[in-house]
Amino acid sequence: MKKRILAAVLASASILGAVAGCSSNNATSSTASSSDATSSATDSSKTEDSKTEDSKTEDSSNAGTSDKFTLKEGEGKTLNIAVWNEEFKNYFEKYLQDKMPEGVTVNFKITENKDNAYQNKLDEDLPKNEAASADDKIDMFLFEADYALKYVNSEYTLDVKSLGLTDEDLSGMYQYTKDVCTTQDDAKLLKGVSWQATPGLYAYRRSIAKDVLGTDDPDKVQEALADWTKFDEVAAKAADKGYKMLSGYDDAYRTFSNNVAAPWVNENKEIIIDDNIMKWVDQTKTYTDKGYNNKTSLWSDAWAADQGPEGKVFGFFYSTWGINFTLAGNSLAVKEKDGGKLEVGNGGYGDWAVCYGPQAYFWGGSWLAAAKGTDNATLVGDVMRAFCCNKDFGVQFTKDTQDYYNNEAAMKELAASDFKSAFLGGQNHIALFVETAPKIDMSKISIYDQGLNETFQAKFKEYFDGTVDKDTALKNFYEAAIVKYPELKKPADA
Amino acid sequence: MAQAANAGNVPVKARKGQIGKYKKWGYIFMLPFILVFLVFQAWPLIQTFYYSMFRYFKSGLSWIGPEFVGFDNFVAIFDMSSGNNILALTWNTLIMWVLGFVPQIIISLLFAYWFTNVRLRLRCLGFFKTVMYMPNLIMASAFAMLIFSIFSDIGPINELIKHTTGGEAFRFLSYTGSTMGLVAFMNFIMWFGNTTILLMAAMMGINESVIEAAEIDGASSSQIFWKITLPLIRPILVYVMITSLIGGLQMFDVPQILTGGQGGPNNTTKTLIMYLNEQIGTSKNYGMAGALSVIIFIVCAALSLVVYYFFAADRSNKKSKKGGK
Repeated sequence: MKKRILAAVLASASILGAVAGCSSNNATSSTASSSDATSSATDSSKTEDSKTEDSKTEDSSNAGTSDKFTLKEGEGKTLNIAVWNEEFKNYFEKYLQDKMPEGVTVNFKITENKDNAYQNKLDEDLPKNEAASADDKIDMFLFEADYALKYVNSEYTLDVKSLGLTDEDLSGMYQYTKDVCTTQDDAKLLKGVSWQATPGLYAYRRSIAKDVLGTDDPDKVQEALADWTKFDEVAAKAADKGYKMLSGYDDAYRTFSNNVAAPWVNENKEIIIDDNIMKWVDQTKTYTDKGYNNKTSLWSDAWAADQGPEGKVFGFFYSTWGINFTLAGNSLAVKEKDGGKLEVGNGGYGDWAVCYGPQAYFWGGSWLAAAKGTDNATLVGDVMRAFCCNKDFGVQFTKDTQDYYNNEAAMKELAASDFKSAFLGGQNHIALFVETAPKIDMSKISIYDQGLNETFQAKFKEYFDGTVDKDTALKNFYEAAIVKYPELKKPADA
Repeated sequence: MAQAANAGNVPVKARKGQIGKYKKWGYIFMLPFILVFLVFQAWPLIQTFYYSMFRYFKSGLSWIGPEFVGFDNFVAIFDMSSGNNILALTWNTLIMWVLGFVPQIIISLLFAYWFTNVRLRLRCLGFFKTVMYMPNLIMASAFAMLIFSIFSDIGPINELIKHTTGGEAFRFLSYTGSTMGLVAFMNFIMWFGNTTILLMAAMMGINESVIEAAEIDGASSSQIFWKITLPLIRPILVYVMITSLIGGLQMFDVPQILTGGQGGPNNTTKTLIMYLNEQIGTSKNYGMAGALSVIIFIVCAALSLVVYYFFAADRSNKKSKKGGK
């Protein structure tokens, strides 16, 4: 009997251990079941309310969009929103939750982005959406630039004008955010809207810049990093002082992949590796061999740690959301989930600044789209209008979150104002974004970008690691790419 | 069976009537299994065979095919110029299985022998048996995640290496040897408890008097182990080996989680099922995935036949001996 009790105790201890391991791992790793999502959404919105009391009152006075959304007769009582992380959920709870009509439940269905999991889930759910029961229908979903065309050109997204958005609503937005979501046929329907524009910058650690360059002034640092040759020189100087110029292999990837001459796939369905992407390969190999980077991979723990207070990395290529959402969070000594606050004195918060870097680029961006079959078309339209099409709201939103709002006039207003980012040591980074945002060119995107970018980075990681040579890495890339997209071909001369 | 029935004193006719009366219940009780088997196993199996002959996958949100292509998918899998050909994948899978299985069977044999040896009088056996079995209760993916963090570039093992040697971190997952080693290590830790318990059951089935007789004849304990214990547990050993081999051929979750689905470096830790998973991941390539499944099915079926004939041969041997008496 004793033995049995012992065995039971040990067994349950091990199971508990496994469960605890899972839950502390990451709350976003599983698709939240609808009831869970609801309760946690309401819970955290409550705590959010108490925390952001001041900004709330400001919101309502400045933005003037405090009126509740309307729930049309016959529309659903459940608003399901498919997303891949918590970013939009947090915004929703802060700015939109209290505008929701009485009795409407909002569910966030989170599926992680890795390995195309989010798209796979959408691809499974969207075709069934019209037939799904009212409470299970996806009403709205988010997508990124890397695979925007796939959904924009499909029949599973709705024209935003059919949701009640007018040309006037859309007039302030950056043109490229609309181009991405315009169908490529003759109808030229707009299928999605975004609250953000995502020009990229180089974010650097002020203290390290001072040590290496003798200054942390953004203009002077920009001068030192104005092109790739200069960038390499600074990398060498930083290495002499024991710093790394970049954290990992993929950090500079977007600056090259955004400046390609042609899309990933040509009209013969052949995969074309652009010369500019091969430049990234050569640069990264050099950096790795010379010890200018820390051999991490994007989104890995080691990469995140390099952005923390103990990090020895000069800087990171990041676009708008990366600075306010990812980098600021990673810079803290006491992380937000452990009760830390986004304030100067907590780790590296305040020790950062941004400059243009060697090349203009963009990275990411999230768009809202209504899913075909939604039973909340009016509500989705209201959410889009309130969140993406309001200049005054945009000014306040950017002040609160330091995200870059998708309204050129609003952002110019902020750029000219005395707006300061505490995280960036008092710099007005919006002024820099205003310069680079109009340069964004999305004419080279294709529906294969997400899968091919991810595969290319993964397969060339082995080349940088030194486990394979360049030709093998290329061969592995083509093979893995064709497994992912069997309709594609390796060009005959490659 | 018929002979056995005849051996009884009850007339054949009466028995048959009784059996006939109850016969239908046999079928009724079997029905749930048969139905589940037909719907969830037999039908998908037939479909798999069928679609392995088709070009059939998803491009974006639309389907391409199904279009009959004969054996093209099989040809592609056997294309030796590809890094993902069937031999390379099978080789990766088997190497990692062997690396895990060899230490597993040795340690399990040793533990089982000690635990069942009455002369050693080991204490707290229940505790040890539970502890050894416990890794098997943890989900393989959770265990792989744990090992991944422990051996990551900034994990505790590397902190230790950096502290003691003062040098660079050893990047375990960038080398074939260390990645395979970690996979094998995890499989070993997860399964040796299970194997130990199976072998203990086999060893406890050995008649104590045989061992006593050997001792009286002056056999040393290693002689007893090699000449008495091992030959007597041979059927269970073979069973353990074959089931482990079939499980090994289907190795998936541990290397998948550990290498982030890449099977790196250079595809050297990509197993058969990981490749299958790639095929049905983004592109839902039912044709290629079907062809691969068919090949795995044939290999596993062949192995199962080996077990079946091994046991059948064993039983008929015993029978013929009895008959000879």
